[in-house]
Amino acid sequence: MKNVTMQRPMQHAASNIEHSTFEKFALPLLTVAVIIATWSAAVEFSGTKIFPSPIAVASAIGTLGEKSLLWRYIADSLTRVFAGYAVAIVAGIPLGFLLGWNASLARAVNPLIQMLRPISPLAWMPLAVIWFGVSNAAPIFLIFLASFFPIVVAAMNGVRNVPPMYLQAGRNFGLSTWQLMIRVVIPAVLPRIIVGLRLAFGIAWVVLVAAEMIAVDSGLGYLIIDARNAGKRYDLVVAGMLLIGVIGLLLDTGIRRVEEWISE
Amino acid sequence: MKVQFSDISMRFGAMDVLQDVTISVEEGEFLCIVGPSGCGKSTLLNIAGGFLSPVMGTVTIDGDPVTGPDRRRIFVFQERGVFPWLTVEGNIGFGLFDLPDEERQRRVAQYVHLVGLEGFEKAYPRELSGGMKQRVEVARALAVNPDVLFLDEPFGALDSITRLQMRSELLRIWRAARKTVLFVTHDIDESVQLADRVVVMSARPGRIRRVVEIDIAHPRDLSSRRYIELRDLIFGEIGLAHQV
Repeated sequence: MKNVTMQRPMQHAASNIEHSTFEKFALPLLTVAVIIATWSAAVEFSGTKIFPSPIAVASAIGTLGEKSLLWRYIADSLTRVFAGYAVAIVAGIPLGFLLGWNASLARAVNPLIQMLRPISPLAWMPLAVIWFGVSNAAPIFLIFLASFFPIVVAAMNGVRNVPPMYLQAGRNFGLSTWQLMIRVVIPAVLPRIIVGLRLAFGIAWVVLVAAEMIAVDSGLGYLIIDARNAGKRYDLVVAGMLLIGVIGLLLDTGIRRVEEWISE
Repeated sequence: MKVQFSDISMRFGAMDVLQDVTISVEEGEFLCIVGPSGCGKSTLLNIAGGFLSPVMGTVTIDGDPVTGPDRRRIFVFQERGVFPWLTVEGNIGFGLFDLPDEERQRRVAQYVHLVGLEGFEKAYPRELSGGMKQRVEVARALAVNPDVLFLDEPFGALDSITRLQMRSELLRIWRAARKTVLFVTHDIDESVQLADRVVVMSARPGRIRRVVEIDIAHPRDLSSRRYIELRDLIFGEIGLAHQV
């Protein structure tokens, strides 16, 4: 009896997975194929000399790969994004916890945060150059700014919205404030914070191109700006765009995996 | 005298919630507090639990005034108080953090058994039914071996069949564990089924209208004349004609 009830849902689950893996990969690939075909045909028929064909873009990526520039640029971009993002996490999560926990502190600081938040990180570019000069620190600072505020706000709202019952139960069992943080607040807000971290990473990645327009001479953002400025190489521009898109997708998928794993 | 409420008054802002509430609860007694919603019965329980301070009056437990939450008296919520990130075992052992591993495991197993959740030790709350989650909460509370349990409408979110089952479960556990129980409910039938005494409160500001002794031995026959008499007495006391 037990066996029967155990097996049936599993068979169901298995057939579901087969079904969805097909849809998950085949359908998106089909879409991509259609887009590439349309793109190729459009370039062919319009006879444009400016916009590159898919083949030109592919060969541009190939050339970059041969010169081993491709991997260096990707590595540089990833390093910058992860550096800025890591600083934002290290600074943003504790600050968010503090603001979520202490209502009067939040009242004091929150208006400032809400005022700074809508300022695009790009607006900070001139200041970033003055403060950090021609160095990696300038784009890292911009990426930090881009991801810092969403992280603070996610952590703050997460802590604020921990069901009061959980806190009351924790206190009832004799936890100190510190123990309450570790054993109740952190596990209770973790799912929300992970969502905030994913959103913040998305913004950080978007800001990359702009951040690499200043002060540096490598990276995927730089590739796009440089290809345009030095000889209008639109095949490289589009190649840079596609690389940013694909790497962004891979990273987002990775973070989603972590998210699912934690909310398990 | 286990728990003594003396002249408790409570106010939230300009609103009087409780007025001059005095109740004595005996050791091992099962006391139900019933009243219309908003009458301050939950507030009264929160004061006894040490989560709120009254504007006037005191609560003493074993003669000591209550000044804050304490693990010797545990508050049980509706099943939403179960921690979703912990397994059944993790939840039940939550308050046992200062025990050595072996002792904690022994205790957890004991209370898993008491509430009949064997086989679900590794399950997470989202895999459990409402009634099972409620058992987890009760077990979590009992595991720290408190002398008083405060239950605030613990079965309010359950369907009516599960609620009936949980009542007899709770009575079985209460008889086995011999705790003093303060049980807040707005369900008059529930109070007559469970309690040794029922405290009937008025609408806000909450005052004690009457204390009714339920002199029926367990297990109680819900169609007996005495049961219906006592139930109707309380219905009348709250000002409800027993008609729909």
